[in-house]
Amino acid sequence: MRKIVLIALVLFSGVVFSARLFYLQVIDASSQALSENNAIKVLYDYPQRGYMFDRNGKLLVSNQPSYDVMVIPRDVKPLDTLEFCALLKITKQDFLNIMEKARTYSPRLPSVVIPQLNKADYASLSEKMYKYTGFYIQRRSLREYQVNHSANVMGYIAEVNNAIIEKNPYYQMGELIGTAGVEKEYEEVLRGVKGVKYIQKDRFNRDIGPYKEGIFDTLPERGSDVTLTIDAILQQYGEELMVNKRGGIVAIEPSTGEILTLVTAPSYDPALLVGRDRSKNFTKLYYDTIAKPLYDRVLQGEYPPGSPFKTLTGLIGLQEDVIDLKETVACHGGYNYGGRRKLGCHHHPSPLAMLGGIANSCNAYFCTVYRRSIEKYATPQEGIDHWNAHLSSFGLGDFLGYDLPSGKRGYIPNSKYYNRAYKFPEYKWYATATISNAIGQGEVLLTPMQMANFTATIANRGYYYTPHIIKNIIGPDTIPKKFKEKHYTTVDAKHFEPVVDGMHQVYQRGTAASIQIPGIEICGKTGTAENFTKIDGKRVQLTDHSIFVAFAPKDNPKIAIAVFVENGYWGSRWAGRIAGLMIEKYLKGEITRKDMEKFVLEGSLENEYAKPYSGLPFTINK
Amino acid sequence: MASPKNFVRFDWILVSIYIALVAMGWMNIYSASLSDSAQGFFDFEQIYARQFLFICLSVILIIFVLAIESKFYERFASVIYIVSLVSLLGLFVFGKNISGATSWYSFGSFGLQPSEFAKAATALALAKYVSDIQTDMKEIKNQIGAFLILALPALFIIPQPDPGSALVYAAFVFPLYREGLHGVYLLLGLFATVLFVSTLAFGAVGVTIGVLLIAGILFFRNRKKRPNVIKYILLATVCIGFAFSVSYIFNNVFEQRHRDRFNIVLGKEVDARGIGYNTNQSEIAIGNGGWFGKGWTEGTQTKGNFVPEQHTDYIFSTVGEEWGFVGSMVVILLFVGLITRIIILSERQKSQFGRVYGYSVAAILFLHFFVNIGMVTGIFPTVGIPLPFFSYGGSALWGFTILLFIFVKLDGSNYHYS
Repeated sequence: MRKIVLIALVLFSGVVFSARLFYLQVIDASSQALSENNAIKVLYDYPQRGYMFDRNGKLLVSNQPSYDVMVIPRDVKPLDTLEFCALLKITKQDFLNIMEKARTYSPRLPSVVIPQLNKADYASLSEKMYKYTGFYIQRRSLREYQVNHSANVMGYIAEVNNAIIEKNPYYQMGELIGTAGVEKEYEEVLRGVKGVKYIQKDRFNRDIGPYKEGIFDTLPERGSDVTLTIDAILQQYGEELMVNKRGGIVAIEPSTGEILTLVTAPSYDPALLVGRDRSKNFTKLYYDTIAKPLYDRVLQGEYPPGSPFKTLTGLIGLQEDVIDLKETVACHGGYNYGGRRKLGCHHHPSPLAMLGGIANSCNAYFCTVYRRSIEKYATPQEGIDHWNAHLSSFGLGDFLGYDLPSGKRGYIPNSKYYNRAYKFPEYKWYATATISNAIGQGEVLLTPMQMANFTATIANRGYYYTPHIIKNIIGPDTIPKKFKEKHYTTVDAKHFEPVVDGMHQVYQRGTAASIQIPGIEICGKTGTAENFTKIDGKRVQLTDHSIFVAFAPKDNPKIAIAVFVENGYWGSRWAGRIAGLMIEKYLKGEITRKDMEKFVLEGSLENEYAKPYSGLPFTINK
Repeated sequence: MASPKNFVRFDWILVSIYIALVAMGWMNIYSASLSDSAQGFFDFEQIYARQFLFICLSVILIIFVLAIESKFYERFASVIYIVSLVSLLGLFVFGKNISGATSWYSFGSFGLQPSEFAKAATALALAKYVSDIQTDMKEIKNQIGAFLILALPALFIIPQPDPGSALVYAAFVFPLYREGLHGVYLLLGLFATVLFVSTLAFGAVGVTIGVLLIAGILFFRNRKKRPNVIKYILLATVCIGFAFSVSYIFNNVFEQRHRDRFNIVLGKEVDARGIGYNTNQSEIAIGNGGWFGKGWTEGTQTKGNFVPEQHTDYIFSTVGEEWGFVGSMVVILLFVGLITRIIILSERQKSQFGRVYGYSVAAILFLHFFVNIGMVTGIFPTVGIPLPFFSYGGSALWGFTILLFIFVKLDGSNYHYS
């Protein structure tokens, strides 16, 4: 017994220690994660964000250095406060307040003293910074906008929030990320890759050199520059034309699907979201819930397309072979579909065939064609679904697949929708119940982008390329293949020519005869769409939307355009004029119809937009 | 002087383990004290370079220790012991205060810590006393004598203050027990420890309830043997009295730092930035090692100096982080092997002197090993004593080297006589 007690104790403690070590080193991994945290500091080296150019190589946005004066309160040594304040251009009281705030936040962590100094202030200050222990200058990179337009296209960058950090471990608190527009869509291209430095720290949190001689460190990769399909001149002109109006302009190059112009109105100067006043300005834009400057009307606005939709009704009728080009339909001031009242029409020659129907935008003609297209099939359900399929092939009723982060599907109803709405099979419904679809009212909703796209499809006589904003990524040319694929519609190419001719006649002798542009063969279609809002819970009709779609020249089209002006009344009044001016600007580079330009530039619809908010009775369609 | 052929008679297992531990110790000290400011390898401002020097000097010490006739240690044990006591007393006059403890004689940039050498001296003196033909450990008189021998240096060390080093002298209870000291002392010590820890963990009242319960159960079970009620009451009273005095001492005599150290181990206070910082950092470093460790000089915790006193008392945390579970196990096994080997050899000693001394060496090494590793791995309160052969420090290294190699010499001389 006496001989073995000590040996037993030695062996026993050996076992105990082994177990303890096994627990600490093998089982309990919590300390391993902890140690990574407290012994290694990760420093990031942020690369320059890529530039954006327009389709002609004009620089749209670059970067500017910005300099923040920072302080670590604990490290501050006594200083000549007055001299320092003079350098910073602040009062002594300001300085004391800032220091107090920084100390309250943390004595050990850096706080901002003066954010975003300009280059001149930085130059004079940087020479003398050595005098002020505890203060230093932090260089940051901000966007510098070379143009005051295209804010909705380029988008903006903002600090990442928690939701993003949780989803994407690349980002750390305080970093910037593209939050809208191209900045968001091409974030990974533009941002580049940040460099990482692992710094070994000691227990006082001091740096003691690179971790493992820096073998895990990486260099930052500069972001790639991108060329956009936007034409800066056209974009700027479009935004000028849309001043004091709400709505938008989308122009597409039909032969490529490249988006030439993407104007939403009202918009804002992109420079507002950079610099010292960013937060103030953003708040102002964000809370403008009436004009909604941050709301992209051309991508997110779903509107009844109105008469331009009749071109599609015509195409479907031709494809379904329910009408030929010679047959005329009489219009007695409207279309009588057996209801208590007829669907009205405006004054025009009668009877009309396809071309005249388009040129004069005859409601009766297209209601007839639409009804026949549906009633061709045994049941209206079948008819509607065929109709829906045709429209879907134009990219309607769904996201188009363009490379911008916002958008809406629009709406093309199908049989399920009407079965639900009319409680089928309890109650039956017929083609006439959906007759408003024929003329782009009723249940049909399109975004201005979709309108531009179907116009481009007609210009191409039957196919379209997915609209896109990216022309070239400089460096790795990785434009998605999908932007180079033709999408054919279910309507045969031969049926497009008469519709194109009809749209040409709109300018020759139809609803847009007064807004011709000399020397350019434009094909267009006016639209005037009824719309409603709710005031105090009551459905109130507002002045019609002014809509216009067009492409030019007639043969080998270079531009397809959709213009939407909210509550602008006649399609030719605002949208038609704007479309003509845009086409001329793009094709000729100069404006001959100065009268039209003057009308648009000086005109304002602000009174119209104020009506629903005035609280007073108002009249519409004046 | 021993003839060279006798060197072969030394127990090479002990020597090999010694070499292995010292070499591994130095590698870990190198890693723990590595810094960018070093002016080359022989910059003696650097801790690892100084330890290298200490190791070289200990080789000379070893040669001396082995060269001296083994009978010398037995004959001059008392003289060595008295010199050692004087050196401890001398500290009160000439000692240099380093980080709060007057444990050092200072010679320029080097210091000597007599308490490290006193262990070997006390072991020699105790062995001499116990092996005396007239000494019988069963007699109270001799027990008191032996107790005085080991208590005197401890008493001189406590006020330095260095309670950790003083604690080591408790190890001598093992050789005494081996030589016939009644097991009751060992059990008493164990029982007192259990009571002590229970009091801290559950409070004096908790212990009182526990003691009464156990006494009641025992009494009830043994009731047919007609147990002596007075004895039970007396024992219970002593236990309860002990518990309350512990409670009193703990709360009124101990300083806060002592209380904290116990509270941390008992899990009463978890305070990663406060007093438990050392232990927490040490555990983090060890845990960071995983199965195979981060590799030599690659430990992030070690490089960042997160573990305080890592090159001295907490050197094992470097092993844990850089050499992993596997490396830690090697070190544990080396220590277990070393101590076990010493005990086995002690049992083989022909002289009682050799046996008592050997047991003393084993017990001292064991206590250091147990307390140090227990502290570093967080299962024992923080008591600042070094890990033998591993921790940085010339005095400690030399003290342990002398302690061990006197035994190697004594053991080797057995063969010489045969």
